[in-house]
Amino acid sequence: MKQQIIVSGIGGQGVLFLTRVIAQVAVNRGLAVLTSETHGMAQRGGTVLSSIKVGDFASPLIRAGQADVGLLLWDANLGVHQPLLREDGTLVISSEQPGVGKRIAATKLARELGNAVLANLILLGLAVRDAVLFCSVEECEEAIRQLAPARFVEQNLAAFRCGLEG
Amino acid sequence: MEQQVELLMGNEAMACGLIESGCQVVAAYPGTPSTEILQAVADRRATAEEPLHIEWSVNEKVAFEVALAASYTGKRSAAIMKQVGLNVAADPFMRSAYLGVQGGFVTIVADDPGPHSSQNEQDTRLFCLQGRVPVFDPASPAEAKALLPLAFELSEKYEMLTVLRPATRICHSRQNVRLQLVQQLQRSANFKKDPNRWGATPAFLPALHRKLNDNLVAFAAEPAVQPRLTQGDGSHARLALVASGIVYGHLVDLLAELGLTDTVDLYQVVLPYPLNSAWIDTMRADYDRVMILEETYPVIEMQLAHGGAFGKQSGDIVKEGELTPDVVHEALARFLDLDAPAPAPANSRGQRPSLCPGCPHRSAFYSIKKTFPKGIFPSDIGCYTLGINLKAVDTVHCMGACISQGAGFYQSYAQDSGDDFPTVVVTIGDSTFFHSGIPALINAVIQKARIIVVILDNGTTAMTGGQPVPHLGRTATGAATRAIAIEPLVRASGVEFVACCDPYDSDALEAVLKKADSHIRDPQGGVAVVISRHGCLMDREVVKSQPRYAMEITPDCIGCRRCVDAFECPALSMDEATKVAVLDPDRCIGCGTCIPVCPVHAIKGTSEGELS
Repeated sequence: MKQQIIVSGIGGQGVLFLTRVIAQVAVNRGLAVLTSETHGMAQRGGTVLSSIKVGDFASPLIRAGQADVGLLLWDANLGVHQPLLREDGTLVISSEQPGVGKRIAATKLARELGNAVLANLILLGLAVRDAVLFCSVEECEEAIRQLAPARFVEQNLAAFRCGLEG
Repeated sequence: MEQQVELLMGNEAMACGLIESGCQVVAAYPGTPSTEILQAVADRRATAEEPLHIEWSVNEKVAFEVALAASYTGKRSAAIMKQVGLNVAADPFMRSAYLGVQGGFVTIVADDPGPHSSQNEQDTRLFCLQGRVPVFDPASPAEAKALLPLAFELSEKYEMLTVLRPATRICHSRQNVRLQLVQQLQRSANFKKDPNRWGATPAFLPALHRKLNDNLVAFAAEPAVQPRLTQGDGSHARLALVASGIVYGHLVDLLAELGLTDTVDLYQVVLPYPLNSAWIDTMRADYDRVMILEETYPVIEMQLAHGGAFGKQSGDIVKEGELTPDVVHEALARFLDLDAPAPAPANSRGQRPSLCPGCPHRSAFYSIKKTFPKGIFPSDIGCYTLGINLKAVDTVHCMGACISQGAGFYQSYAQDSGDDFPTVVVTIGDSTFFHSGIPALINAVIQKARIIVVILDNGTTAMTGGQPVPHLGRTATGAATRAIAIEPLVRASGVEFVACCDPYDSDALEAVLKKADSHIRDPQGGVAVVISRHGCLMDREVVKSQPRYAMEITPDCIGCRRCVDAFECPALSMDEATKVAVLDPDRCIGCGTCIPVCPVHAIKGTSEGELS
């Protein structure tokens, strides 16, 4: 099993948390995993990009045209990060506008759940529903329980399930 | 017993490596990408078998010296910093190479090729070559952890300082990493006095220098630090690939994707300095052409001095920025005569970073710029560097430089125009002020500079994620300690004008700034210090403690863009169709600081009381 995934957004959208959830699923299944994250000044509202490489890899970074899946929390990043995707790669995008890839109004739905930042797990739900990622529903729920602060676990799971329902 | 596998960030993996190695004193100053190492040591301190002192020191020089003396007592210790932090610690670092250490001492210095969050992309490996200090260059988070016990062992064997140099892509990568048993070294502090060494005067230094040089040769020949060869199948005879750090990982993945694994001799260099001279001789004898991939400077290439080198010094590989997998692909294709990859898409950085919605720095910068439209604004390192977006930051150099630069601007203008000098308003964060602003402030006072120093006091080290500052009264582990207040320090530095106000009250801040300007222009005046005090909003308690308004932009908006361009709150943008300002409810925190910015009072805030 090998999969290369990018997670794109802007600082404050929970790109790092989403990255960790996916990587934790790999660890729980005993798969090798490498991620790369954006920290520091760019986290202050700027464009951030994470990469996740599951399987036998040595580097956490993804070459242009090699990502299997792109999860985009900020649709304006499409022009910046789409070149990382393979021609046959799958895009899953949080957006209220029509366009390329699988789309869901994740931020709007998250706001209805009480917090716009939950868009990250709604997007994950959609990706898992459509079997875009290597991970299963149960595996994602387990990882969310492991990583979310105790008082936010239920809210996070609700967001993930909201995405599963599309 | 089989130890657990965890998903660890490189910085967390190194923290585990320090604890597992029996390290007992760890000191650091925060700086991206190194910050989470000490934080993780603090978070995991319960796993240590023996007492463990953890501190956020006021700067890197102090951190290095604290850890160094702990090593003199025979215990294992570590100092942690980012690459430019080593410049601050350069003085004790350079001498430590000559004097050596007792207990194992590792300095972890995180480099930032790119750079992603730094003022340059200097290479700590070259710094170590100049300092004559052995330096390890890990290629993955797991390897960064695995190299720590080795670095401690060799540091003790040769009584030498050692450096571990992870780059950003190691620090901020996560990997499945296996934990190891924590060593119990059972060492008691035992400083053996030896003034000829620990206080070596010039008379003793040639001998210490000779010993250092002998040790470097022996260290480089240690079996565990030799370049690691993955043999090729002979299809690329007399060619070799040499790589160190994360670039080695990029190269391994690339060779696999191109179907070239095990076709060409591949060396991973784990100790880029000092290189074993026997290996250098072998490389020169066995290979006609050698491709060398390393970040950021050609440190291996310089030492190798190979006639068939294909690297940065030879002009074959780009010298600036990160060696990303795409850059490596393009270079490898030229070296091995493969099909050239499609040109990489232009690197766009996307959305630029900006101060958070409600950030007190934004309000302070807006008032400073409004009060002194023709002022000169030296600033410093931290979140508030982003004041550059508000045109309220003219210079950013290195930690603490803004106060001395401000004084230099004053001296230069004042000698031309006497009393008619421009107002120089310096902005410095609270953590930066403690780090290296105090000597500069004393200097400005005694040199009779007439400048306004605004200390942006948000009660934390915000840029790096909120580490405690000396006036908070908290240690790295959250324990209570004495708090060192800013005001008395400023007064004791000889400053007579000291005022403090909340930047959310823009009228009050602007009035104080005008008074400060009068003070610097008064015949009896001098340096004026204004403390702009409001907690960082990354701290949820701060957000909870302040009023939250329901914000709206009324139809009175005339589309002047002042709130978008001059105030630059990420929650405000222009609707390009209707040409009026719009508010993003997901990003607005209801602080109300934008209300006074609107010239036609079209930004309204309705009080909802104190909501969370």
